[in-house]
Order: sequence, then structure tokens, then C-alpha cells
Amino acid sequence: MNRYTVAVLVRNQFGVLNRVTSMFRRRQFNISALTVSETESSEFSRITVIFDGEETYKQQLVNQLYKLPDVCSIKEFSADNSISCELLLIKMENDPATRDDIRTAAEAFGAVTVDYSKNSIMFRLADSSQRIDDFINIMRDYKILEICRTGSVSLEKGSTTIRQTINF
Amino acid sequence: MVLSGADIVVKTLIEQGCDTVFGYPGGQIINVYDSLYKYSNEINHVLTAHEQGAAHAADGYARTTGKVGVVISTSGPGATNLVTGIATAYLDSVPLVAICGNVPTTQIGTDSFQEIDITGVTLPITKHNYFVGSVEHLADTIREAFKLAKSGRPGPILIDIPKDVQIAKCEYTPEPPVEADQPLAAKDVRIKEAAEYINMSKRPYIYFGGGLITSGAQDEMLCLAEKIDAPIGCSLMGLSGIPTQHPRFLGMQGMHGHYASSMAMHHADLIISLGVRFNDRVTGNRAKFAAGAKIIHIDVDGSELSKNVNAVCGLRGDVKLTLEKLLPLITENKKSNWNDTINLFKKEESDYIDNRDGLTPRRAILTLNKYLGDNTAVATDVGQHQMWSAQNLCFKKARRFVSSGGLGTMGYGLGAAIGAAFGTKERSVLVTGDGSFGMCLNELATAVSYNVPLVILIMNNGVLGMVRQWQTLFFDKHYSNTVLNRKTDFVALARAFGADGEAVSDTKALDEALKRAFDYNGVYVIDCAIDKDEFVLPMLPPGGSMDDIIVKVGD
Repeated sequence: MNRYTVAVLVRNQFGVLNRVTSMFRRRQFNISALTVSETESSEFSRITVIFDGEETYKQQLVNQLYKLPDVCSIKEFSADNSISCELLLIKMENDPATRDDIRTAAEAFGAVTVDYSKNSIMFRLADSSQRIDDFINIMRDYKILEICRTGSVSLEKGSTTIRQTINF
Repeated sequence: MVLSGADIVVKTLIEQGCDTVFGYPGGQIINVYDSLYKYSNEINHVLTAHEQGAAHAADGYARTTGKVGVVISTSGPGATNLVTGIATAYLDSVPLVAICGNVPTTQIGTDSFQEIDITGVTLPITKHNYFVGSVEHLADTIREAFKLAKSGRPGPILIDIPKDVQIAKCEYTPEPPVEADQPLAAKDVRIKEAAEYINMSKRPYIYFGGGLITSGAQDEMLCLAEKIDAPIGCSLMGLSGIPTQHPRFLGMQGMHGHYASSMAMHHADLIISLGVRFNDRVTGNRAKFAAGAKIIHIDVDGSELSKNVNAVCGLRGDVKLTLEKLLPLITENKKSNWNDTINLFKKEESDYIDNRDGLTPRRAILTLNKYLGDNTAVATDVGQHQMWSAQNLCFKKARRFVSSGGLGTMGYGLGAAIGAAFGTKERSVLVTGDGSFGMCLNELATAVSYNVPLVILIMNNGVLGMVRQWQTLFFDKHYSNTVLNRKTDFVALARAFGADGEAVSDTKALDEALKRAFDYNGVYVIDCAIDKDEFVLPMLPPGGSMDDIIVKVGD
């Protein structure tokens, strides 16, 4: 099993996310994370898909994506050629007994305190998915109230862009 | 000129070269029907008895002509009635444009009367679909739909048009018909690789499907077969692709394929596959499927390559253009040992073949063959009669076998046969079973209303034969809900609809009935009695391999 990160440039049209996820569902592709947002051009949206599987599984997923008329371009990323980042918001119980330990761990990971109340403390961390996993694992020793993470987004290093590969 | 959305729909269809559409009116498509009335001297609308029949008719029209079939329906139930027809076209890669009305945009999402989210419903069974939110996008959306429907691997497209968009007006400028995307050959490096495999092969088998017909690559395939001295087989969707009598043609292979064809595929060292997708009815147990063979796979749809079976060489590209580039790289050579083996398989097949006298299914189809013209389209429904037809019908021209291969839609045949008659402008034939015919026989009304020249051969065994065959073989003869024993008098029924017909129970009577049917001006129904214990053979049990082939039952 490998972990794959694939960016998909799609026409920014009503229902396009539904078309992509509907295809994943009916062909039983199991997706670990998926993000979507508008791009530098309002004409396009960009979907980042992360999934685990064998090479043939990935090939089939990419081939099926290319069959959707709204898909304009697809780019595969590896750790070497790209920068990936995910955003985490995590809300912890604010207990005087554990407060210092939590804040020390957060500081070590570079997480920023974004909300502070009598009973809760919230951190924001933008980092690789692995680092976010590590941070959450440490926080599990204390009382986690709520977690929200975005799923990873990726861009290729250097000046090449996904739009240069349209109509591959 | 400034036109209403409804007028734009019809004008754009005409502009795209569409001369015949099939459909059924209703409240949310009434404006388009008003435009069809207005432009009735430029475009012909065929009113069916049910939207499903209209969808199948548009599909039959598309399969026989190669043009895009068009079906029109209203919103809600009209649109959902198209679903089986659209799915049938999707699974068999048929170019189809379905146009539905919908409630006005202001009411969308409020669960209005006859409102349904048809773009949502048809998402997984269309190549693409559109909800047209404004009249300015209407003409270009229809043009894009036609382009998509016929480009690459064809398929159905649905366009959902709210009523207010049909009423709204905007400027319309006619445009020439859209062309399909330029087909491309596979990459040279892959073609070279394929040529090497082919030149090394001692026991090649050429295997084609519907993709070969779509691409029009018959001549190139036959040229390849001559060069490498190879036998040819096909999938159900490939039937009629080359003349049945062609000396290299072994027939359909697969679950109910010809013995020699399946054996040749099983023993080949190289399977050259052209526009096929290795469906489970073709491969049986994939682990045991043609275990000694390497597979070369040429298909316009890259996602089919190594999807179901692993190809040593996958060529994504148009079959015809790819073969054109491949042929000069192929060295001519004779393969007498392999052809001796093929002849042995043929001999074994002729020993197994059902030569009984009397009105056997095979005799019935062979009798029908005598009356088929070169251009006659034969539609079928789904079940035993479909397989008997596939095994025994004799075709001379491509696009003349019209059958639901992928979805296996019982009730497909009558609508499709009507569409085929409009497409070929000739008498068409429907071979059906009493079960399938019972599903959508309402379209007899359509056929009679338009005086469609149509011969309907009902292979009537009083049971749901294919399921019953499985129950006999795999379910200890528990005939659960497969024994119909209905009191339907199909001849009286035909007459009630305004057609004519007769019942037959021996070969001579069938022969005479067919003669009358093919001379008859209109719809003629032959209720042909078939024994309920007739089997479709040979049979590869589901999930089985050639080791499990059943060639005879009972003795």
C-alpha cells in the first residue's frame, strides 16, 4: 500500500464536487482526505485527493477522473517534488493541572493559541499531516474537547503549475 | 434572431442534423412540444406509449445509424421513466441525448409537483449531464452535449431544462453540426511494443467488441487477421461487426459463446483485443481466464486498459487509427499448427451443435435467417432468446444486431426495434421472449400508429427461461417465480393493438408465418411455441472457466 496525493483541476461549476465524489463512491474508491476550493482563476476549482492503495488502484482512479468532462487536469505529487500542508484546530480542556504541559507541547509543535477561556483552550497548527497526527497523539494524553482538520493541500515545487498540463 | 428557449432547443437539434426524435409530452416540456409543432416539417417526433420506450427507440435509432439518438420527456415521472433507457445506453456506449423539462428555476428545490432532481438521479448513468439555468447557455449546452455524446467512447448525455428557461428569449445564431473530437492513434512506442508481441505470437486470437464497430475498424482488423493468420471472435456487443459467414470468424465467445471461439481464446498465447472491456460474462473466473495468453488491449477509453484483466500492452487510442499504424509493423506468417487446432475446435463444436429436428430454438432462428435482408436490423430482449439469437443469427452488415449487452434490459427490444426501423428506414425484426415482451409490449401501440414495418418473433416457452435454466442447474430445480403460465393470447393482443399475427408450433408453420410477416404492411406478431426445458448451451457457469464448460445437459 502506498499513500497517494493527487490534485485535480476541475471546471468551477455547480455540482462538480458531487460528480467527483459520486464517481469515487460508485466505483468504491476509498478516500482518506479531500479538499476543494476555488483557484487563482474563478473558472477553475482545485480538488486535492489523498488515498491509499496499489499502483493499479491509483491508475484506475486517475483514469476514471479523466473521464469526467469537468476534469481539466490532474497532477500527482510525491513528497520530493511538492509541498503539502494541512490545517488543524484543536480544542482542549483548560485544566490548571495539565495547562502547562499542553502549552509546552503546543509550543514545541509551533501551534498557536487562538482561543482561551476559563474551561477551554484552542490551538491552530498548520503543518504536514504526519506532524498533525503526532501533535494530536500527544494531546490524547489530555482531554480533547473537539478536533477539526482540513485535509492536506499540495503544490508542486518550482514554477510549473497544474494549469500548464491542461489537455494532457 | 431572437427565439424562445423552446424554439432554441428544437432549432439546435435541427442544426445538429437531427431528423427524428422520440418522446412523450408533459406539463414542464409543453413549450418544447409547441416548438416541435411549429417546426414539424423540419423534424419528426415519434410519440411512444411510455418514456422508457422512447429512450429505447432513440437508442435503437442511434445503434443502427451511428448518429446521436434524441429522446424528450417531461419532468418528474417522465424523466425517471427514462432512467432504464439511459442506463442501457450508458452500459453499451450508445450516443444519446436525453432532454427533460423541469419546474421553473424559482421552484427548483421546493419539491414542486412533478419535480425531481434528474441530474442527480442520472449522475452515475450518464457520460455527463447538464442543468441549464439560463436561456443564454441553452444552444451551446445542447451543442456540447452532442459533441460529448459522440466523442471518444460514446455515451448518453442528459439536459435538464426548467420551464422558465424554455419560455425566456434570447438571440440564437445557427451553427454547423459539431464534430466529434478528432480521434487519435495510440502512442507509437506502445504500437511498436504491440507489434513485437504479435510478431512473436504462435497462437494469436483477435477479439473485438462494440468499440470496433464504433471506430469502423473492420477492414483493418481483417487485414491484421490475414497477415498473422489468426481466428477472430467477438463479444456480444461485437456481433454484426463482421459478416457472420466470414471464414475467420468463430463467433461470440463467453458464457454462452461458441465453443470454438471460447476454446480458441482459452488456448491462445496472445489475445489481441479491440474495443472490448472484459466483462464478467466474457471472462468467467478472471484468475483462470485465458491463463496462457498475453493480452494486448486497444481501446479509446484508457480506463478500460487493465481494469478487469491485466494487459501486457495497453494502447489507448482509436482502434482504426491504431491498427492502421500497427499493420505495417506486422510480419506476415502462416500458422498451420494453430489453424489445425482451430479446425479441431470447430469440428468438436459441430459435434456438440444442436441438430435436433422440430421447432428447437436454433431451428427457429435459422428459419428467421432465411428472411433477413442484408440491411435488416434485428433487436432482441434479454434472456434465452437473446443468446439463441446471438449464437445463430446471420449478419452481413455492421450495426444490425441491436441488443442490451451491458445492462441486460428486459423490455428493451420493442422500443429498440421501432427506433431501428426509423434508423434503417426498413423493416426491422424483434426476437423476444414471452417474459421480456410482457414488460414493455405497450409500444405495440407506437409501432402500429406509425405503421412501422416490424416482425415480432416471440419465443414463447411460458417461463422465464434464463433464470429457470440457472434454477435447473444451480438451485435444485426450485422454480421460484419463473413459471409464468399466463393466459395471454399474444395473437389476440396484437390484433387488439391493431397489428396482426399468428401462433405457430412447428418449423413449417413458422416458415410460412415468417413469409407472411415479411410481406405484411405493418406489425406482425408470431407467437412461436418453444419447449420450456430448452437450454442455452454451451454454458460457462458464472465464475467458472473453460474447464467447467457445459455442452450438453441431461444425458
